[in-house]
Amino acid sequence: VCTSRFWFNYRHVANTLSVYRSVKRLGIPDSHIVLMLADDMACNPRNPKPATVFSHKNMELNVYGDDVEVDYRSYEVTVENFLRVLTGRIPPSTPRSKRLLSDDRSNILIYMTGHGGNGFLKFQDSEEITNVELADAFEQMWQKRRYNELLFIIDTCQGASMYERFYSPNIMALASSQVGEDSLSHQPDLGIGVHLMDRYTFYVLEFLEEIHPASQTNMNDLFQVCPKSLCVSTPGHRTDLFQRDPQNVLITDFFGSVRKVEITTETISLDRDLAVFESKLPKDELATEPLKYAEQLPVAQIIHQKPKQKDWHPPGGFILGLWALIIMVFFKTYGIKHMKHIF
Amino acid sequence: SAQFQLAVPVAVVFAPGSVPGDLPRPLPFRDVQEMEISVNLRPSITSRYETVYRRTTAQEEAALDVATAREADAALHPLQDALLGSLTMYVVPETSSLLPQGINVYVGKHRSALVRAGGGLAALRTRLQQLTQVMSFTASSISAALSDRVPNGQLGPDARRHLKSSLGYEITFSLLNPDPKSHAVDWDIEDAVNRYVQPVLDKLSLVANFSVDSQILYYAVLGVTPRFDKESSSFLLSAHSLPHVINPVEARLGSSAASLYPVLNFLLYVPERSHSPLYIQDKDGAPVSTNAFHSPRWGGIMVYNVEAPASPQVSLPLHVDVDMVRVMEVFLAQLRLLFGLSREELPPDFLLESPGNEGLADWELDRLLWAHTVENIATVSTTLTSLAQLLDKIGNIVIKDDVASEVYQAVASAQSAMAELAAGHLHLAFQASKEAVTSSERAFFDPSLLHLLYFPDDQKFAIYIPLFLPMAVPILLSLAKIVREARQRKKEPTKMD
Repeated sequence: VCTSRFWFNYRHVANTLSVYRSVKRLGIPDSHIVLMLADDMACNPRNPKPATVFSHKNMELNVYGDDVEVDYRSYEVTVENFLRVLTGRIPPSTPRSKRLLSDDRSNILIYMTGHGGNGFLKFQDSEEITNVELADAFEQMWQKRRYNELLFIIDTCQGASMYERFYSPNIMALASSQVGEDSLSHQPDLGIGVHLMDRYTFYVLEFLEEIHPASQTNMNDLFQVCPKSLCVSTPGHRTDLFQRDPQNVLITDFFGSVRKVEITTETISLDRDLAVFESKLPKDELATEPLKYAEQLPVAQIIHQKPKQKDWHPPGGFILGLWALIIMVFFKTYGIKHMKHIF
Repeated sequence: SAQFQLAVPVAVVFAPGSVPGDLPRPLPFRDVQEMEISVNLRPSITSRYETVYRRTTAQEEAALDVATAREADAALHPLQDALLGSLTMYVVPETSSLLPQGINVYVGKHRSALVRAGGGLAALRTRLQQLTQVMSFTASSISAALSDRVPNGQLGPDARRHLKSSLGYEITFSLLNPDPKSHAVDWDIEDAVNRYVQPVLDKLSLVANFSVDSQILYYAVLGVTPRFDKESSSFLLSAHSLPHVINPVEARLGSSAASLYPVLNFLLYVPERSHSPLYIQDKDGAPVSTNAFHSPRWGGIMVYNVEAPASPQVSLPLHVDVDMVRVMEVFLAQLRLLFGLSREELPPDFLLESPGNEGLADWELDRLLWAHTVENIATVSTTLTSLAQLLDKIGNIVIKDDVASEVYQAVASAQSAMAELAAGHLHLAFQASKEAVTSSERAFFDPSLLHLLYFPDDQKFAIYIPLFLPMAVPILLSLAKIVREARQRKKEPTKMD
């Protein structure tokens, strides 16, 4: 998830796209990736090299490429959509690629980048998500067993505050900086004119370049990435909610996709010459009339709507008390006898 | 969290000459056995075997008077009432020739079994217990169904590999042809699906809705390069490289955009001419007879080798007609394994009848239904509990009426499912549990229940206080002044006399 927009936040988009590339290289297909980007970099009028997003100042790798599949772009990247994707409370019309169809055997990797503060992450300059909301969303996911294990990586200023409030089991979190510290960007590119990448993600990607789908590197190595000398900020991590020892957790458990496989040893025997017989169950006759528009409306939801109140009711409760107080003070201050001058 | 009670109606029918001498009461009589399935959870699960012991009727005797067990099974089938979830055990005399030598129990395609008599009532009861373990459910199958609620360490490593209970499944058959220049592969998938797959899916239609589609992919390669083995002059894929085969292919499979049901992919791979023949090795290095492997909750892959042409000067591309029967035998076996129906772990003197083209026996369907019903009910209770916790946490969440009606329906259906389970009506219990799951999922995942939309009280204070506090300061001060003046006026008359 990249939570920033506008040209000067180029590095956040480059961060996200680079992590996306690595994850695809290690085997996770697009159908298993939900990518949320503002996506206003590649075709931005200020981009001197249109249709590209680079992550390194030597312009070696165009991380935008040909087959980026952005699921939520531009104004769809909102806190509400993000939480809806996580908890699964999505309107029924949402296509499959925009949903998180995970079950209790799925390992989920969540990578977020943008501008953040102590306890919140800014979404597109207009709203924020707090660490409490994020922790509640993860708890909702756990209750419905939407994940087996979850790895949360965040690259923002004061990123460690975002994982302080997690309380659901099987979550491991990594952040690029502690509370009170800022995450810094790596290098500017003079040709493009903005900073291309953030330091933490840059070193994480260098680390991931050496991972291939069969590698046995474990999480402890990922924790060592980007020490203070290189990163200027102090990366942090949290593993107390995780049940397995990080030493035993492979990087490819989250970044790649290695499946359990069993050899098929049984077969059944089919009778080759059995004639095709008509199915025993009667096939339902298809309705001959085309469906009317009214039949496709969600009738249950419409029926249960309460009718809107048309008549005016005098204000009650808090507002009434407030007005009564104001009027009483007004009369007391100016005196009742003056009222006849007004009316 | 109530108690689960799984009731299985069992009938033990004695053929003439097989009644053991030590029966407690004269035939016919009823008996109920209750056993606790120790799964170490709060809702405890007990199984009740309501057994009826009786003699055979004349028709059943005539049916048993045939040459082989298979014919007896076929003849007995129309005589039973065939209730889902029930079992009938026919006890034949020890000297009967129906059962082959060395076999003491024969399990038929439907819901009955033939058992050789001998050893008195206690031995019979042990046989009955073994039989119910095979034909209905075991402690491990029930605990696997409830795996969500059992803490991680207690289950074995492969307890969660079976497909979760869902309202529907999508099955996709794909033919992968990486070398179309050499092989022009033809598969008559539609006919194969109608002949071989559809009967199995029809039998499973009680469990879920199935939809089938197929596709052909060209230039789709496996992600792994096979090794050439000089001794057998063939290419080998070792067992530890198999997990990496699936991912490069999956990106091109195009899991369907239309439905939200879990997808089962069955891939048929025809190796390139330069890599033919290709065999899969198991862990010991021996080639696998089926040349196929499967991944739990995903699907299966089979490698189909094309025989090298007799003469080297044949024109390319070779036309290949895929032998669909061989392929479907493997794919359907993989489908059974994905659902969790395997035929291992039997006592040595059991003989299982093969279900033929139907794919699975009636009692295997029962096993699936038991597990899915229990899983559905457990899912409903976790969902509703979690929904209640959400409501406790956010006091001012608004529950729309249709969400409320879904919750009531889910609770009612779950209760009726548990009642039917305790009464032994598996079919009704399963239907009720499916309705309960549908309603509870609809209620839980309703888009209006996003906690973000409902402000907690502290946020409301945080917004209104900066607005009202400055306004309230002069009001409060004036109030204080009023009170002081009123007190002063009360004191003054006493002074001023």
